[in-house]
Amino acid sequence: MNLELTDEQVALREAAQGALTRVADLEVLRSALEGGARPENWDLVAEQGWAGLLVSEANGGVGLSLFDAQLILIEAGKVLASHELLGHLPATVALDAASYAGTADYAEGTKRAAFLPVIPPSDLEPSWTTQPRGGSAPAPAPTLNADGTVSGDVAWVIDAPGADLLAGVAVDGSGAAKTVAIETGASGVSVEGPVLRYDSSRLLGHVSLTNAPATVLEGADPQRAWYVAQALLAAESYGAVETALTVSVEYAKERFTFGRQIGSYQAVKHALVEILRQRENAYAVLLYSGYSYEDKPEEFAVAASAARTAAGHAFDYAARTQIATHGGIGATWEHDAPLYFRRSQLSRRLLGGIGASTDRVAGELLAAAAA
Amino acid sequence: MDLNDTPEQAQFRAQVRAWLEEHKSEAPGRERLDNDDAINARRRWQGKLAEGGLAGVTWPKEFGGQGLGPIEQVIVNQEIGAAGVPGILDVIGLGMMGPALIAHGTDEQKSRYLGPLLHGDEVWCQLFSEPAAGSDLAAVQTRAVQQDDGTWKLSGQKVWTTYAQFASFGMLLARTDADVPKHKGLTMFVVPMDAEGITVRGLRQISGEAEFNEVFFDDVTLDADAVVGSVGGGWGTALTVLMFERLTIGLGGESFGYNADRFTQAIAQDAHATKDPDVRQRLGEINTELLALRFQSYRVLSALSQGAIPGPEAGLAKVTTVKGAIDAGELIADVLGPDALAEDSEWAYMISFLPGLKSAGGTEEILRNTIGERVLGLPPEPRLDKGVPFSELRSIEKQGAAA
Ligand SMILES: Cc1cc2nc3c(=O)[nH]c(=O)nc-3n(C[C@H](O)[C@H](O)[C@H](O)COP(=O)(O)OP(=O)(O)OC[C@H]3O[C@@H](n4cnc5c(N)ncnc54)[C@H](O)[C@@H]3O)c2cc1C
Repeated sequence: MNLELTDEQVALREAAQGALTRVADLEVLRSALEGGARPENWDLVAEQGWAGLLVSEANGGVGLSLFDAQLILIEAGKVLASHELLGHLPATVALDAASYAGTADYAEGTKRAAFLPVIPPSDLEPSWTTQPRGGSAPAPAPTLNADGTVSGDVAWVIDAPGADLLAGVAVDGSGAAKTVAIETGASGVSVEGPVLRYDSSRLLGHVSLTNAPATVLEGADPQRAWYVAQALLAAESYGAVETALTVSVEYAKERFTFGRQIGSYQAVKHALVEILRQRENAYAVLLYSGYSYEDKPEEFAVAASAARTAAGHAFDYAARTQIATHGGIGATWEHDAPLYFRRSQLSRRLLGGIGASTDRVAGELLAAAAA
Repeated sequence: MDLNDTPEQAQFRAQVRAWLEEHKSEAPGRERLDNDDAINARRRWQGKLAEGGLAGVTWPKEFGGQGLGPIEQVIVNQEIGAAGVPGILDVIGLGMMGPALIAHGTDEQKSRYLGPLLHGDEVWCQLFSEPAAGSDLAAVQTRAVQQDDGTWKLSGQKVWTTYAQFASFGMLLARTDADVPKHKGLTMFVVPMDAEGITVRGLRQISGEAEFNEVFFDDVTLDADAVVGSVGGGWGTALTVLMFERLTIGLGGESFGYNADRFTQAIAQDAHATKDPDVRQRLGEINTELLALRFQSYRVLSALSQGAIPGPEAGLAKVTTVKGAIDAGELIADVLGPDALAEDSEWAYMISFLPGLKSAGGTEEILRNTIGERVLGLPPEPRLDKGVPFSELRSIEKQGAAA
């Protein structure tokens, strides 16, 4: 058994740290909230070779493991870097599985893809669905028409604006789920956005498809990309928790009240230890998701969902505790804590939301128990 | 990242499995340890496990162990679990007291005590806590006074001592010098539980059963060679025991039976509950934490096998274990209804045990203090007992209460 990072992984992480620190600028995120431009870092992603992380070498990628990709997302999460990997990487998993004709362009980053978050069925919901634009009732999945085109709406698609291709599930007339690739330049594709919602680092759009020409990605497991997306969002959230904890601990050592450092008060200390506890748990299930992706595919759904739940809760708790630990300045626009809070608030509601990932952990394990 | 057995580990696993296959018909059931027959059967089984090399896996060979690593220990635990047989009886002795003796004991102590401990012939207990010294363990008042002939006279009281009712020996922390600050005047002793002047009285717990005890010492004579480590060095020995306690608890959550599969199985019996969104949210949260715990323990193992020693952060696993199991007990009883609370129900037993487990082996608050200070580097609280001779502490405490 060895769960330590390999030398290559340490090097990958350090390179990511260096590259992302160069581009991460929280001042720009603040101004983007007030109408300024969202920072674009796709050039960096391409230059670092991250676009092809999950694409096999045969298809022009670097063929690294999911956990390697998670390590990079952790670094991005730490500094709230904006990137388009959450949309791109799960899409490339599907393209790679089918050896889609243009995959090499996406692996190199000369083109960018976005994953359509169509939600796999569960033991309670037999159909593929999508997250609605508003409210809680599930919306239908896109349909794969008899002529091979795709129609339907998918709301809250991460990284859709500006993407060259969309990949995700559409359901055919017989009810079967097929992973499809849709070039956005084609007729019948419209992407509304960028939609700015609370966290200016996140690129969002609403996709509308009307008889859009599509290629069925034969060989792609329709469920896999969904869980890859969950596992990556979990990693990004985990990264932000690391920063929130470090910054809060530093402040708790510097700030004095009543003649003592605030970190010596148990109410403060215990809350910070609770961030640590949740962070450690989140890391443990991130490892589980990375491990099962390679070695235990039948457990990947539960592992990725658990990672999303654990990291999502940890991020919620850390973001709020970071503000509380800082007192009044933590609630001030100029402070960084609110940006972490904004990221956590939006993240927990994307890709189906944390409630759904938690439900899926239960559903998967209940199904296994009944088997 | 690799969770698979190496070829050597796979071979070891096969060997363990074969041994269990051959001997499992000799294993006793997993019934509660509330009578002599049940306890004696478990002692004999521990002896068998030791002979088969399935107990004391990480102990050095010279003391009857296998000289293997923590991963092999976990392989044994996993295979014992899979075979559906009970494990060793004396978790405290094998996990904590034996290793502390190996670290601090004399050669005579090691050769006298370790063999019978390993084989279940002599069970050990931990005589640390007292009515006025639990979290603040260094405040123990039980006194040991050296006599002219070198022997010691012991008087005082211990409490919440698990399994003292059938232990042969206890590891006892006593005050040997009250005129120095409290951590300095302590000494660790081996106490034969059948010595004259010892009274063990069962203390019933929430479940109604008496697994722990009060132990009274009334001028008990201990031989000069009963000291473990040095006179006045008892706190160091105690810290070693507590480190092994962390390891035992940190790696042991699943062996208590607190795992996602068992809890999910209980809910799965109720078709209505399996579709209830609220039940599913709660179950999903609990299972997420328990799955995290499983991988957390793999991380600890991975680090240990690279030569790390268990740090205070292992306490977080204890917090999560207790929290996960408490939440699971609540959920299962909410689903099953009052029958879950029938006195003979496994859930009633678990529900009754957990509030105490929250305190045992370090309360949650103490663990959070320690981890906050030692892992996060946060400042300690101001304290009134630093550098003060133990004999003067009482009056300081009284002033504090009056102020
Ligand atoms: C099931 C069970 C088995 C046990 N088995 C053994 C055994 O075999 N051998 C043995 O020696 N002991 C044993 N114990 C005793 C156990 O170690 C103690 O109960 C534990 O250390 C707590 O000490 P205490 O009971 O004196 O509580 P106290 O120390 O009095 O604590 C009371 C409350 O005050 C809080 N508190 C105390 N100090 C602080 C502080 N500095 N900051 C914040 N909060 C604080 C505690 O968290 C707790 O909530 C067992 C206990 C149980 C429940």
